Amino acid sequence: MPAPKATNHPESKENVNAELSGMADRGFRAVDLAAERGERLLFEHLEFQLSPGQLLQVSGRNGCGKTSLLRILSGLSRPTAGEVYWGEEPIRSVDGGTGSCLGYLGHQNALKEDMTAEENILIARGLGGDRPEREAVLAMLGSLGLAGYEDLPVRFLSQGQKRRVALARLLLQPRALLILDEPYAALDVQVIEVLRSAIEAHLARKGMIIITTHQAVDIDGDCRNLHLG
Amino acid sequence: MFRPLLALLRRDLTLALRRPQDALTVVGFFVVVVALFPLGIGPDPEFLRSLAPGVLWVAALLAVMLSLERLFSDDYRDGTLEQLLLVPEPMGLLVLTKIFAHWLITGLPLVLISPLLAIQLNLRPDEIAILMLALLIGTPILSLIGAIGAALTLGLRGGGVLIALLILPLYAPPLILGAGAVDAVMHGSSAQAHLSLLGAMMVFALFATPWATAAAVRIMLD
Repeated sequence: MPAPKATNHPESKENVNAELSGMADRGFRAVDLAAERGERLLFEHLEFQLSPGQLLQVSGRNGCGKTSLLRILSGLSRPTAGEVYWGEEPIRSVDGGTGSCLGYLGHQNALKEDMTAEENILIARGLGGDRPEREAVLAMLGSLGLAGYEDLPVRFLSQGQKRRVALARLLLQPRALLILDEPYAALDVQVIEVLRSAIEAHLARKGMIIITTHQAVDIDGDCRNLHLG
Repeated sequence: MFRPLLALLRRDLTLALRRPQDALTVVGFFVVVVALFPLGIGPDPEFLRSLAPGVLWVAALLAVMLSLERLFSDDYRDGTLEQLLLVPEPMGLLVLTKIFAHWLITGLPLVLISPLLAIQLNLRPDEIAILMLALLIGTPILSLIGAIGAALTLGLRGGGVLIALLILPLYAPPLILGAGAVDAVMHGSSAQAHLSLLGAMMVFALFATPWATAAAVRIMLD
């Protein structure tokens, strides 16, 4: 496995940085959220506010509704009560849908097994309406330790490598808010380090991040904690 | 605005090319079902000819049905459908693009191979032309309506059978009009009325069904 090349990294980020700036001046806020699964109430009266440059770490035991919360925040599920705001607008009525302001990575990697890592990311960029920027994609894959694996169909990659491809796709999306559900699962120490620096860089350019994790990883920046259950 | 739709279309077509057996099984099914009829009901050319429109249309309908389950289920299983909901484009347009790709992969080959089977069932050239035209207008309707069923049965066990139960009754109008068009030519009258109604139905399906399908996808992923 080639070592992460830190030198490639800043370039690709600066491209992203330029595109990000338009959206990055709005905060993100949840008001009086409640969710239930089946008959069971997961949480209620949940409120928080996130300003540009802040990270929110959601913690709690298994089954306390972390994933449900993230799905609600990303607009994939409807809350039982309450509303999520992007700036002053409810996020569901934002122009272009929630996808124009946030990127979401759930438990599933959302990769096409028959396509290569590079194709998967380029298509995701095309779907998001972003320019392909092949060099940035290759640089990002390289920095996550996937240099040499770009041309392999994803089904030949290991679980951890697939996760890295999915992370590369998310980090290349020029969105102000990134929502990551258990991003550290199946990753090795080196990659966690790369991801940590990517997260810090995203915060430094006034992006926002919401993350769930069981692993404590120290992140420099304005971090907040939300404990469920 | 069109870049996301083109990216989606290219993705679906590339995936279909990398796994051609999916599309080939549909055409194969169509050919085999039609080929079985003469074996079952005897080789009388006139009798076969009078049955041909119905046989071809029912076979095409079942072949499309067979392919519907895969329309969304692959994307649903690997999580890409979830990501499609986050694409900053109207979900209805994305769904319409997926249906178009589905039609190119399954519907269009049926139209193209139908003359061969029509000859086998003793149809005349002018009747074959009408049959192809009717299938060309009709198979998109089958994909469009079928997509609703495919979306509503996402993630359910035994989804395939449920799609058939949900959708086959809705296939009755295109079946009647499509087979009727060929029948009309066969009996010496014009197929225009049937084809016009079929065309109207396609336009209606084109505008109405993608939104219904998009709503169904949202509900099933909630």
